[in-house]
Amino acid sequence: MRIFDPHIHMTSRTTDDYRAMHEAGVRALVEPAFWLGQPRTGVSSFRDYFDGLVGWERFRSERFGIRHHCAIALNPKEANDPRLSGVLDLLPRYLAKDGVVAVGEVGFDSMTSEEEKAFRYQMELALEFELPVLVHTPHRDKVAGTRRSLELVAESGIPPEMVLVDHLNEATVEMVHASGCTMGFSIYPDTKMSPDRMVRILQEWGTDRMIVNSAADWGHSDPLLTLRTGEAMRSAGFTVAETERVLWDNPVAFYGQSGRLVLDEVGPAEASATFSGNSILRGQPEGDTQ
Amino acid sequence: MNTETLLDGQARRELATMVERVRESPDRVAVLFPAAARRVARGAGPSGDPDGVLGPTLEDLVRLELLRACAGVLTPDALAREVADLYHHGDSGERRAVLRGLAVLDPASAPVARELMADALRTNDTRLIAAAASGPATDLLDAHAWRQAVLKCLFVGVPLADVRGVPERVDAELVRMCADYADERERAGRPVPDDVHLVLGHSPPDEPTEA
Repeated sequence: MRIFDPHIHMTSRTTDDYRAMHEAGVRALVEPAFWLGQPRTGVSSFRDYFDGLVGWERFRSERFGIRHHCAIALNPKEANDPRLSGVLDLLPRYLAKDGVVAVGEVGFDSMTSEEEKAFRYQMELALEFELPVLVHTPHRDKVAGTRRSLELVAESGIPPEMVLVDHLNEATVEMVHASGCTMGFSIYPDTKMSPDRMVRILQEWGTDRMIVNSAADWGHSDPLLTLRTGEAMRSAGFTVAETERVLWDNPVAFYGQSGRLVLDEVGPAEASATFSGNSILRGQPEGDTQ
Repeated sequence: MNTETLLDGQARRELATMVERVRESPDRVAVLFPAAARRVARGAGPSGDPDGVLGPTLEDLVRLELLRACAGVLTPDALAREVADLYHHGDSGERRAVLRGLAVLDPASAPVARELMADALRTNDTRLIAAAASGPATDLLDAHAWRQAVLKCLFVGVPLADVRGVPERVDAELVRMCADYADERERAGRPVPDDVHLVLGHSPPDEPTEA
C-alpha cells in the first residue's frame, strides 16, 4: 500500500519512525509548521524552525526513501503572542520555496481576534503565492470553530478545492463536505479519530475529497495509523483502489495544486547509496551533531 | 559547465527571461532564485547524481546563471551581500547552488566565501558539504579548515576524488589525521572507507607542515 501522509510533524520523530514508515509504504509526506509544545519567544526561533523544515528535515527524510514537503505558517496558538507578530513578515521568503506546498497550519485555537487576523492575512498570502491552505480546527469548541473557519474561507475568495480543513470528526464532517473543501482526519491512538470510526465515516460519506493523516508529533501519536486505517478499510470491504484514493491519490491531488510536489521515487537504493564504498548512513549515524 | 546543451528550448527561454529580469533589477533575484527549479529545470546534471553531491544538478546550473547575471550588474560589495543573503535565506537546494557559485565573487570578498563554506561544513548535509569542498573557492580555506573539510568528507561519505586540493594539497598533518581515523575505525571493528587511501597513499613533500 502506497501512503502519502498529508500531515505529520517529523521534526518531533525519530529515525526509527522514518524506517518504520518506509516499511509501511509511506513514500511522501507534508510537514506543516506548528506549535512546538513550548512557546517560542522570538521571530528568530521561527526562522530557524522554517529553515529546518526546508533544510535538514527534508534531507533526513530522503535518507529513508520518503519525499518531504512542508507547509509554512504562523500557527493559531502563537498568533496570540505579540512577540511573534513579525513572523508574518517572514512568510513570503519561505512561501516562494520549492517543497513548500501549502500555507498552514492556520485557523483557530481559542477563537481570538488575533487568531482571526493572522488567519485572514495568511489566506491573502496563499492567494498571492497560489498555494493551497491547510486549516487546523480547534480542539475545544470544534463545531463553532470549524463553522467560523469555513465562513472566513468563503470570504477570502480562495476556491474551496484549494482548502483542506483538518482534524475533523463525526460532528464536523457534514458542514465541510457541503463547503466543497477537502476533508482531513487525524487518526490518533486515544483522541481525535480512530481507524474504525474513520471507516464508518468513509462508509457514510464516500472517499471523494477524503484525506487521512497521522498528525504524529511529540504527543501520544502513531505515524503508522495511516496504514492501520488502510487495513481497516480493506477489512471493511473497501477496494484497493478506494483505499489508495484516500491514502495517496487525494492528498497528491490536493497538494499537487501547488505545482511543487516532487514524487519521484527516492527509493531504498538512494537511502543506502554508497560513494566509494562508503555509505552515507554508515559514514556517521544520523542525528550525530558534530 | 554550460546550460546551453543541457536544457531544452522551453527551459532555455525561461532561463533567458529570468536572467534578463535579474539584469534589469538585481534585487528580484531573491524571488527568482528559489523559483529556478520549478520554472526552468531540476534533476541530475552531467554527474548523473540528482542529489548534487557528485556535481551540480540542473537547478544548480540554472541558479549559477542567475548569480552570473547578478555579478554582471552589481558592484563587488553589493554582489557579496546578495550572495550571502541568498545563502542565509536559502533552502538546502539554494544554499548548494550558492556554494557552487562562490567563484563569481570578487577576490576581495574572500571573507564572505569563507564564512559561507564554514557554515556549510558545520552541517551534516552531504550535499552542502560536497559543494563547499569541491569548488575553486575551496582554495580559500586555510590549511586547518581545509584538512577538517577533507576529514569531514571522509566521515560522511562525500567522495574525496571530488574534493578540491586532493591530492596536491595533502600534507603530513592531514595524513596523520586520516591515519588516526582509519585506526579508530579498525579498532571499533568498522570498515575503513576506501577513499582514505587517496590521502594515505599520497606522500606529502618532505616540507614543514603548512601552518
